Amino acid sequence: MSVRRPELGRFGAYGGRYVPETLVPALDELEALFLTCAAESGFHSELQGLLTEYVGRPTPVTDLPALSAKTGYRVSAKREDLCHTGAHKINNAIGQCLLAQRMGKQRIIAETGAGQHGVATATACARLGLDCTVYMGETDCERQRLNVVRMRMLGAKVVPVTSGTKTLKDALNEALRDWVTNVRDTHYVIGSVAGPHPFPMIVREFQAVIGREARATCLECYGELPDVGVACVGGGSNAMGFFDAFLADDQVRLVGVEAGGLGIETGRHAAPLTSGRPGVLHGAMSYLMQDEAGQVMETHSVSAGLDYPSVGPEHSHLKDTHRVEYCSVTDDQALEAFTEVARLEGIVVALETAHAFAAVLQPGFAAPGSRVMVNLSGRGDKDMETAARLLGY
Amino acid sequence: MARLADWANQARDEGAKALVAFVTAGDPSLEELPAIMETLADAGADVIELGIPFSDPIADGPTIQAASNRSLGAGTRLTDVLRAVRGFDRVPILMMGYLNPMLAYGLERLAQDAASAAISGSIVCDLLPDEAGEWRRLSLEAGLDTVFIAAPTCTDERLRTVAEASLGFVYALSRTGVTGSGMEISSDAQGLVARLRRETPKPVYVGFGVSNPSHVREVVSFADGAIVGSPIVDLVCREWKNGQGRETLARYVREMKQATLA
Repeated sequence: MSVRRPELGRFGAYGGRYVPETLVPALDELEALFLTCAAESGFHSELQGLLTEYVGRPTPVTDLPALSAKTGYRVSAKREDLCHTGAHKINNAIGQCLLAQRMGKQRIIAETGAGQHGVATATACARLGLDCTVYMGETDCERQRLNVVRMRMLGAKVVPVTSGTKTLKDALNEALRDWVTNVRDTHYVIGSVAGPHPFPMIVREFQAVIGREARATCLECYGELPDVGVACVGGGSNAMGFFDAFLADDQVRLVGVEAGGLGIETGRHAAPLTSGRPGVLHGAMSYLMQDEAGQVMETHSVSAGLDYPSVGPEHSHLKDTHRVEYCSVTDDQALEAFTEVARLEGIVVALETAHAFAAVLQPGFAAPGSRVMVNLSGRGDKDMETAARLLGY
Repeated sequence: MARLADWANQARDEGAKALVAFVTAGDPSLEELPAIMETLADAGADVIELGIPFSDPIADGPTIQAASNRSLGAGTRLTDVLRAVRGFDRVPILMMGYLNPMLAYGLERLAQDAASAAISGSIVCDLLPDEAGEWRRLSLEAGLDTVFIAAPTCTDERLRTVAEASLGFVYALSRTGVTGSGMEISSDAQGLVARLRRETPKPVYVGFGVSNPSHVREVVSFADGAIVGSPIVDLVCREWKNGQGRETLARYVREMKQATLA
């Protein structure tokens, strides 16, 4: 694969490396190894083999006729929910675990919010014979309990994190503390296009398969590119992977949808691109939800996977350069879309993904007849307990 | 107040070993901070490292995380910390923290305000020398020292980068990991200091896991100073109540200082 390598680890003013010195040699080693592997056919074919035979790629693009009739657009979905483990996260987890093997690192750590990245990492570790420890906020362990069980089924150690807000941000803090302690024999599989350089680049490259396939399928089946590409954005790995192939197609409008929680005006949301300002958290400069004194603010989202106060640095750059539009939808709008897509199309999407659909369902989202492709980043099996509670099933 | 760098160089030339005492600003309260700092200085601390609380302290273990949270819970802001220590001139003060609150304050204004509050310099846990150009320039202009951290995992080239960027002393980590008490000083520490000596004549102080007098004796046998953090934060948390507990804290710091003397 050919890699878009950010100069000095920067996307415009964003990204970089804001970490303790202890981690620098590991980050340097990781970057060098990744660039070597990216240029090496042996690595490429090993990864490709696993993606094809184990993950189930390429994933299809599905037309969504009922949603199309309802909205007046021609809506289709890139089906990352059909990947093994039920979300796009496995693309990156497999890739990074292969890198860890090449570095001779037997121990893997990961953070997880919704549990999808944790499950994907636990799965890759089981397959490749690596030890796996996953940090997960205590609140998330409760609201995504099924994924905790799945990770343990797969032989991973799940560590509930009780510090701070007990969600994804704190899971990242704890994973970074583990890594800074055990960096000599441990690789940290970051689950999003976040963290210090080279992670935003590496995760984007491993996820870019989504957009490459989607673009090719679209041209093949429809003979044209989509007018609009839509994806939800928490840390932003599914969106970055989906958008990447379309960035040079100026005619394709790209929309990232953040978690508006109880409403932007309430302050209880997880939409840094919508209402944050640039700052440094978890190793990178990016848009960040912070108070005037630079303390990171509590976030809220019905979706554990989007409940994060910052965002991958490349998204911040794409916002500032206006290549991608970012908007937000509320918990209620997401829940409505969650139900609607299930009833109309027979697909139970993840609550995270439901945010992308909710944006499409807002009146005036696009011009009538537009070809809209949604990245259906994951399936909603993990959210059934939340659905039972919030929707009374 | 003499520049930290001048003081540290002179101490090293005289063979005197330094004791750096860390305390989290605002725990239990900023009103109590001057009295805590007086106690540390009276008991023999040569330099005070002043922890600026941050919501997400990834380089800190449970003790300093908890202190940082209590401080933020009490409403501590960087601007209030600078006001609380203004005029304290017993020993050099190094502020230690994370980049984001500094960015929110504004780096240029911070350098000026810190200097006029008699702060000697800074250590920023998540700011590498490579990313620190602007802060180093502003610090130099304001007369502030910039201490950077060397880790046992560093290549020799990284050690050179860290040493060159450091003004005051070089902070050598005794081990990989986060702040917090340890059972013994890792063998990594001595090796790291020896490697730093080949790269720089600057004073080298060792921190992380330095918890008792025998640790201090061991550390100053190969380094120019010892940095003590979590045990002090823990003592302040458990013993310091409205000025009470002063003697317990003083006794601990005196024992640690005693251990730096040959």
